[in-house]
Amino acid sequence: MIGDRMDILAPILLQFLELLMALALAPLLTGWVNQCRAWLQNRSAPPLLQPYRQLAKLFEKEVVLAHNASSLFRAAPYVIFACMALAAAIVPTLSTDLPFGPAADAIALVGIFALARVFIALAGMDVGTSFGSLGARREMLIGFLAEPALLMVFFTASLISQSTSLSTIVSTLARGEFTIYPSLAFAGIAFSMVSLAENARVPVDNPTTHLELTMIHEAMILEYSGRHLALIEWAAALKLYAYSCLGLALFFPWGIPQAAEFANLPVALAGLLFKLGIGGFLLAVIETVSAKMRIFRAPEFLGTAFMLAVLAMLVHLLLETGK
Amino acid sequence: MRFLDQNLEFTRLPGALESFHANADETQLSAFAAAVKQTGGRFVALWGSDERKRNSNAGGYAVHVAFGIAEGLALVTLPMHAENPEYPDLSEIFPAANRLQRTCFDLLGIRARGGDQRPWLRHANWPADYFPLRRDVDGARQFEAHNEDYAFVRVEGDGVHEIPVGPIHAGIIEPGHFRFSIVGEKVLRLEQRLGWTHKGIEKRFEQLPLAEAHKLAGRVSGDSTVAFAWAYCLAAESLAACTPPPRALWLRALLLERERVANHLGDLGALGNDAALSFGLAQFLRLKEDWLRLSGELFGHRFMMDAIVPGGVARDLPGGASEKIARQCNAIEREVRILKNIYDEHAGLQDRFLTTGRLNPALASALSISGLAGRASSQAWDLRTQFPITPYDQLDVRIATHRNGDVAARVTLRFEEVFESLRLTRIILTQLLENKSTEYFAPLPAAPDGAFGLGWIEGWRGDVLVALEAGPAGSIRRCHCHDSSTRTWPALEHAVMGNIVPDFPLINKSFNLSYSGQDL
Repeated sequence: MIGDRMDILAPILLQFLELLMALALAPLLTGWVNQCRAWLQNRSAPPLLQPYRQLAKLFEKEVVLAHNASSLFRAAPYVIFACMALAAAIVPTLSTDLPFGPAADAIALVGIFALARVFIALAGMDVGTSFGSLGARREMLIGFLAEPALLMVFFTASLISQSTSLSTIVSTLARGEFTIYPSLAFAGIAFSMVSLAENARVPVDNPTTHLELTMIHEAMILEYSGRHLALIEWAAALKLYAYSCLGLALFFPWGIPQAAEFANLPVALAGLLFKLGIGGFLLAVIETVSAKMRIFRAPEFLGTAFMLAVLAMLVHLLLETGK
Repeated sequence: MRFLDQNLEFTRLPGALESFHANADETQLSAFAAAVKQTGGRFVALWGSDERKRNSNAGGYAVHVAFGIAEGLALVTLPMHAENPEYPDLSEIFPAANRLQRTCFDLLGIRARGGDQRPWLRHANWPADYFPLRRDVDGARQFEAHNEDYAFVRVEGDGVHEIPVGPIHAGIIEPGHFRFSIVGEKVLRLEQRLGWTHKGIEKRFEQLPLAEAHKLAGRVSGDSTVAFAWAYCLAAESLAACTPPPRALWLRALLLERERVANHLGDLGALGNDAALSFGLAQFLRLKEDWLRLSGELFGHRFMMDAIVPGGVARDLPGGASEKIARQCNAIEREVRILKNIYDEHAGLQDRFLTTGRLNPALASALSISGLAGRASSQAWDLRTQFPITPYDQLDVRIATHRNGDVAARVTLRFEEVFESLRLTRIILTQLLENKSTEYFAPLPAAPDGAFGLGWIEGWRGDVLVALEAGPAGSIRRCHCHDSSTRTWPALEHAVMGNIVPDFPLINKSFNLSYSGQDL
């Protein structure tokens, strides 16, 4: 009896654990990337826990609202945060057996990201400052180019596993014998490019700039303060975390346990931290060696990502389904 | 003597600088300006002065216009009556005169006949009939600041909208307001509104003794403190007939080149950073920090403020300084060469730099652009080679010019000027070692009332001009400081046109003009 109950309870517990871990680990990943970047540039690095301190500071600060801010402006941070938390929760990290899994498949995940984007863009335009609209306009440009490429990456992975459910995709890719999918190499590059654009990183956007006229993501949130800003910053960290975990789950799925068992937890957790550490370091390397491209190069950049994703699908159809 | 076949009799002003002065009437001034324009000379500066109360019978105002011609600096003064002081509009011939003429009116109430009549410095911070630089105003009165309704030029059309930026920015930089008219991301027009750092420096000069006001001159624009202090001291020494000892002049050149290197290093880093290559910023800031620390150790101030004083320099190099400087020059040169390689080979960075913010040579010439921005657009003006004062007459400065006029050209020029300044520094050091004299200061004699002198120095950004007139008993009657930024700011409006909005910060940084230096 107890064993049966555990079978039901364990996935639910793991699901919540995964959500809590995402919330807790996301700022750490941001801190780690910042630290690596500082080291690579010969600067003394900020403490690893700096993002937590910043969030704590912002939560304590009072919210300053523009006089003409609508309720949408106030609701947007919560919607964005909820979207990112849900996205982080449905990406398999500790186990592929997730109760939230059926709630949203890979295509719905793209939809969740798109929903958050719509809200942040609307909030950016809400107060009516020129920077907000400028950022919103650029964000939508990036978004409408990035989303098709992201969808194509997911389609390739779905074709391999014959399912759009993230759990199924990951368990298929991680299962048993070591198979090399050439299509996934193309899809992996495409996914990395999309991730850079979606997370407002160099070379598409610069998360550390103070130059209002060059901003994309930052321009939309210039009017936010206090807990609203904290939620948006946290959501941005969650988004980076979700994308990193998604990349790891799709392209480096080894080590993610399939059954929801607590015994697997330490190994899975260690594996995840190790992979995230490497991923964060690589992101810092990319950000250190690249300059930000002109905004009108972004369509070329994301067009390349889309092309690679299409190529991945073609390679899969031509080479991997020839039975 | 006469220049450019004009009916205008110039007299050589005393002092080391090749400078000449003439009084003119309206037609002579306009004709001379046109002749300067025709012969490829340039407009340098324009300022006004209140000449009332000088003696009982003649009184009024005067406008002074400085031109750069082949022979040197030609200053033309146009006296005006006290009632309704007006002078011919020069902005038709030299567009760079526009803002200076408006400044003149805001400060002194002397008006150019025609041209742009909008206020420039006043910003509704004092009444329109109050002229703070007049002699009967003591500048102590306070006024309530008002919001100004400034008539920006509107661009009409389908999809055109405006982005107002500043004067308060997200970064820690000087205040300036930029009004962009854009369609999509493309800039159709940029209009600047500057003057937020107006501090009344020119009025303050009138309350300071002539022998001490070099400190104020050195604070007109902090990043050019050496250039301004030297220009002021050159003007003061000219009018007081003082010749500083040779060692002092060599030390001044050392300071000026150190200032140039420090600013170029900072700018090169910032330019990388504005293209999100923060690696460049970290490296160049490290080099600049080392450089500033040594300056602080040797001259008592990281930016070398107050190191140049009228009559010489404030202190000689401490023992062992030459070796330290030489060692640092070698180390910095080695690292900067590596960094130049990285910048040159970085495809992403070059993509941002090349063809961005182009100022073509014809426009640069029409707008009287000089200095670094001018040299990047084929304007081969450099006072260190054209009108060299000691010790530059013995230094053979090799000036670098480029004709592309884009951000890339201004970046390359900075690299070349850093290497050239390091080369000059080494020569200066050997000269200082050979020069066994330990004298570095000669006291400034008392200046006669009404004596006039000019100082013109090539700072890191461009030429810096100080015009100084002595008052009775060691006081200052009028002192005008002019930074080349004043003329270069309007060029930025042109350089941005047709570029995209997110490239503006990069273009702006590649000029890196002074706000404080022109708002005074």
